[in-house]
Amino acid sequence: MNNQPDHFALFGLPPRFELDSDALDAAYKLVQAKVHPDRFAAGSAAERRIAMQWAARANEAMRTLRSPTRRAAYLCELNGTTIDAESNTSMPPAFLTQQLEWREALDEARHAPTPVPLATLAEQAAQARRSLHAGLADALDRDGDFALAATLVRQLMFVDKLCDEIAAAAAVDAWEPAPPRAA
Amino acid sequence: MALLQIAEPGMSAAPHEHRLAVGIDLGTTNSLVATVRHSVAEVIADDQNRPLLPSIVRYLADGRVELGYEAQQHQATDPRNTIVSVKRFMGRGVKDVEHVENLPYDFVDAPGMLQIKTVAGVKSPVEVSSEILKTLRARAEAALGGELVGAVVTVPAYFDDAQRQATRDAAKLAGINVLRLMNEPTAAALAYGLDNAAEGVYAVYDLGGGTFDISILRLTKGVFEVLSTGGDSALGGDDFDHRLYCWALEQANLSLLGPEDQRLLTVKARTAKETLSTRAGTTMQARLSQGQWVNLSISADSFAGMTQHLVAKTLDATRRALRDAGLKPADLKGVVMVGGATRMPHVRKAVRDLFECEPLTDIDPDKVVAIGAALQANLLAGNRIAGDDWLLLDVIPLSLGLETMGGLVEKIIPRNSTIPVARAQEFTTFRDGQSAMAIHVVQGERELVRDCRSLARFELRGIPPMVAGAARIRVTFQVDADGLLSVSARETTSGVEASVTVKPSYGLGDDDIARMLRESMDAAGTDVAARMLREQQVDAERLLAATEAALRADGDLLSEAERARIDVCVAALDAQARGDDPEAIRRNVAALAHATDELAARRMDRSIRAALAGRKVEEISVK
Repeated sequence: MNNQPDHFALFGLPPRFELDSDALDAAYKLVQAKVHPDRFAAGSAAERRIAMQWAARANEAMRTLRSPTRRAAYLCELNGTTIDAESNTSMPPAFLTQQLEWREALDEARHAPTPVPLATLAEQAAQARRSLHAGLADALDRDGDFALAATLVRQLMFVDKLCDEIAAAAAVDAWEPAPPRAA
Repeated sequence: MALLQIAEPGMSAAPHEHRLAVGIDLGTTNSLVATVRHSVAEVIADDQNRPLLPSIVRYLADGRVELGYEAQQHQATDPRNTIVSVKRFMGRGVKDVEHVENLPYDFVDAPGMLQIKTVAGVKSPVEVSSEILKTLRARAEAALGGELVGAVVTVPAYFDDAQRQATRDAAKLAGINVLRLMNEPTAAALAYGLDNAAEGVYAVYDLGGGTFDISILRLTKGVFEVLSTGGDSALGGDDFDHRLYCWALEQANLSLLGPEDQRLLTVKARTAKETLSTRAGTTMQARLSQGQWVNLSISADSFAGMTQHLVAKTLDATRRALRDAGLKPADLKGVVMVGGATRMPHVRKAVRDLFECEPLTDIDPDKVVAIGAALQANLLAGNRIAGDDWLLLDVIPLSLGLETMGGLVEKIIPRNSTIPVARAQEFTTFRDGQSAMAIHVVQGERELVRDCRSLARFELRGIPPMVAGAARIRVTFQVDADGLLSVSARETTSGVEASVTVKPSYGLGDDDIARMLRESMDAAGTDVAARMLREQQVDAERLLAATEAALRADGDLLSEAERARIDVCVAALDAQARGDDPEAIRRNVAALAHATDELAARRMDRSIRAALAGRKVEEISVK
């Protein structure tokens, strides 16, 4: 499948980090309404196969563009800058120190005998995420600085993971069932 | 519910002809078939006006097969040959089946999927299920007065790949063209959504005879988008019966019953459970084969107490599905109740307490899935009415991955990914000069291979000698709109390739299905050759009509040479289409299909561009 439009072009959207999520959702549904295999259930084998490939592409494009982290990484790659999250692990010392502090706080909360409110920690992590998003918007949409954007994406991956873990720990407090007792 | 009105390539061939299509709910306890007649979806009843077909199949020594109510009458007297709840065995081995010691069957533990020894020979669950499907197909064809174009067959959303494949094979064996495997909760949501023009986020809580599903869906302007799904494919009304059965054994001081008594007491337990849905108490009375009397009374409260752990399991799965969707119970607009087991008051109460709202029960919980499937079948068969259109976006219930070093699972496609989906990942070799790689495909959420379900194993051979870590093996997973997986692997530096459609290791290949189909047609006295010829002729007619429509609409997309090549294939097929050589027709169908491949791709491209261009104009005109 060469010469295929990129994810933004598929949905007729400008290749920018700041993206109107309603427009993305509308374009995704419009494309799916055209290409979904259900539209071709009575069609020829070729039509059914092509429909499946297109619908899978639309789903992949949606998955990539819906997530700010994946969207930013994708924009970097479209512009020839790879993220290399596995091999490139150098981070600013201040960022790493902050991460370590938050991880310790989360760990303590998890192992505390009584539930510890995680709202403060969650808000701090969310704030870090917001400022990374703002930095990415500047780097990608205004300055075209893809090397800087790649660095910010790698940091954002750390923060995303932290946010997920905080949310999971918070869910345990709020309405997760107690772990089953040993029989 | 107006969405988007599109004249579709494959569907414009014969716009005014109503194609006979049905929705089939192949249930653990009961099965149903429904269709859309005069724009109304309705369940097709049998000749005695009974809508349900008990999912019970009895094999007799003379080769006859009894179905439904007829088989049900013998379940306690001939339990070994009367198969109930066969759905629980689909795509499952003996070790997977709970309470196997309490089942009266003579199991054969075949690789991947168990089989059952009956007086009429060894039967696979696929064959047993196909008997139910054949009966429903015959019922529908008699009622509608013609051959079916196809059917939408429903499966629990939480069915894994092996269970889906087995269901699809059963339909194939019953001579049914499967338009789509549809998830049961999604079918129910469709029936409700179209009925009430609902908008917002809904949960479908589906507790059937043997399976539990929970799906969270967002409904917006005719789009049904499944956000997450969860469940337990071995938890249902049967387990409530079994709990009551065990209680009865305990109370009556009984142990180790024979198969007849087991079945008798299980039937009594089920009746008692059903009575307790509307009464505060009931009795269980049975006379066992040795002459003992069982006479027990039970209150609804104590029944609720002894089965509360089963209800709790459904709530755990519900909470997890909500968390996967990033939602809290209060975010939902409603909860749709599906499945006969949701008639139990303590189940309803538990759902009400969790979501803090009254569950929706206005469509008969036994029929709602079949109704939704019929609506979808009607749409897929091409009987669309302008302005009455919708789109379903469903997900896979369980993560798909590969075994890597140390028995660990590398997830390739996470659960709740919207289907169809294709995703690739690169792996490399472990030893210098390694020439083959074993690919082990698994499904499940756990990190260790041994805790997940093994779906398939295959080998990529002929990797050229390289140092460890130098080869680039790209493994691609593709899940189609039925939720069925195929996997391919390719060494990218040399181009060596291997692929499998994941035929779970249960040992029914396409050849086996074809053989079983021939045997069953022979047994029924059908002229196999005539049927095969007819099928090829229908295929040819369909392709010719579709090609003609495509050329009329978008012929300008082809160069003269391309057009000429298609015309040659059309003429060749046209000459054969009404002939009596099925092989010649098949060959020419394949040739024309190949010749029109590129046209189909370009038409899809054009239709997307047109849709996006249209949207922009619309947006501008609104502002």
